[in-house]
Amino acid sequence: MSEEEGTKEYAYFLGCITPNRYPGIEAATKRILKEFGIETKEMMGASCCPAPGVFGSFDMHTWLPVAARNLAIAEEMDLDIVVTCNGCYGSLQEADHLLKGNPKLKEKTNEILGKFGREFKGTTKVNHSIVVLHDVIGLDRLKEKITKPMNGVNVAVHYGCHFLKPREVRGHGSSETPYILEDLVKVTGAKDVDYKDKLMCCGAGGGNRTADSVQSLEWMRQKLVSAIEEGCDCMVHPCAFCHLQLDRGQAEMNKAFGTDYNFPILFATQFLGLAMGLSEKECGLDIQTTTMPEKLLK
Amino acid sequence: MGTLYEDMVAYGGEVFGKEHMETLRECVQCGKCTGGCPSGRNTAFRTRKLFQMALTDMREEIFNSPELWFCSTCYTCYERCPKGVKTTDLIRTIRNLAAKEGHMSVPHRMIGVYVLKTSHAVPLGPAQMELRKAVGLDEMAPTAQKYKDQLEQVQTIFKTTGYDAMIDFDWDTMNLKGMDKGGKK
Repeated sequence: MSEEEGTKEYAYFLGCITPNRYPGIEAATKRILKEFGIETKEMMGASCCPAPGVFGSFDMHTWLPVAARNLAIAEEMDLDIVVTCNGCYGSLQEADHLLKGNPKLKEKTNEILGKFGREFKGTTKVNHSIVVLHDVIGLDRLKEKITKPMNGVNVAVHYGCHFLKPREVRGHGSSETPYILEDLVKVTGAKDVDYKDKLMCCGAGGGNRTADSVQSLEWMRQKLVSAIEEGCDCMVHPCAFCHLQLDRGQAEMNKAFGTDYNFPILFATQFLGLAMGLSEKECGLDIQTTTMPEKLLK
Repeated sequence: MGTLYEDMVAYGGEVFGKEHMETLRECVQCGKCTGGCPSGRNTAFRTRKLFQMALTDMREEIFNSPELWFCSTCYTCYERCPKGVKTTDLIRTIRNLAAKEGHMSVPHRMIGVYVLKTSHAVPLGPAQMELRKAVGLDEMAPTAQKYKDQLEQVQTIFKTTGYDAMIDFDWDTMNLKGMDKGGKK
């Protein structure tokens, strides 16, 4: 890994939702990391992670080799991975953890990957983009680049589930008292506002959205209402899959429940991007369902 | 086929380790899982009840219950269980066994179809190519959807593990069997 001279490179594992539904997340993330001398390299031939609560619920013995193949691609690039979706983070990190701890499982998995000449070795590290921002770049350096402070903006932080949990695999401390996203929000000058359902799931994971979309949207409605009731102006999160549920889900929810919500949803790098002077368009915030209020764009 | 518990330990044990699965027997039915469950707050899904049913071998009742699929795998119960029961991994294991025995909805099986056709559970289409161009990105990321030989690697995994057969995938129509005739198995 080339950490010398202040440059670092990551293999950017895109997953599905980021490149195929919300490319603004991809664009904003690449722009911000580049601003701090971090290059993101494309992972040629990567696939779905595959979704941990979905394929992990259907057939772990398929879920695991598909995840291992993605890990192997980064290993071949001799780079650590960076992700912008908790689903990808969940799958790749868990697969890596399980394979490293179980030689028999690793052997079985590599028998499958060997059919097309690949091998999981266990030489890459799976990183979440918000951890790269918080720990590798650091709050001090981030603060220097804030040109459009978010003073007066009240933010509801949403973690999603698989970034923090299970803590024995994720390693970000207590899942009940997280701090990484809060720090990233506060560095922009915005206020991190506590709200009732802050730690609740968006409702989409584990195939729940597919099993019963209206029921899954109801969880999200409760979450959004509890943030709106605390006077929040927007929600900031680290997960492309949550983004799909929270953003596009609002249109589905309005249709299903006859409501009229338009609560702004931003991925962490889109929010930071605005605070660092990127435009709404550059962050892809003009091509999603929920719209950005003047307060966030001024 | 053994009892549901035995099958869970054998099947889930291969991936998570037997001890991980055996935590099910530590459950004291305190209900802390159900108490913090976002699904339990909105649906008839009861984590505590599911584990009691698993321990008393109520396989068919569990497999036939739609609530089994209302867990979002949020891990809140996993983090909070005072007895260290590996709740979410146990639920995923039960679901794997249910799926193997044919209890899998068409929408859930369709997710596998998307991956088999494109390598993505949420594939790229023409409209999204325009979105990508709007933010200055290439219209198609270099994923396995773009390269046939890479997609074939993903397909090889699904064929090897029998996932294609599990969801009744038809390689001729690249869809679920019978779906081309508007049928729903």
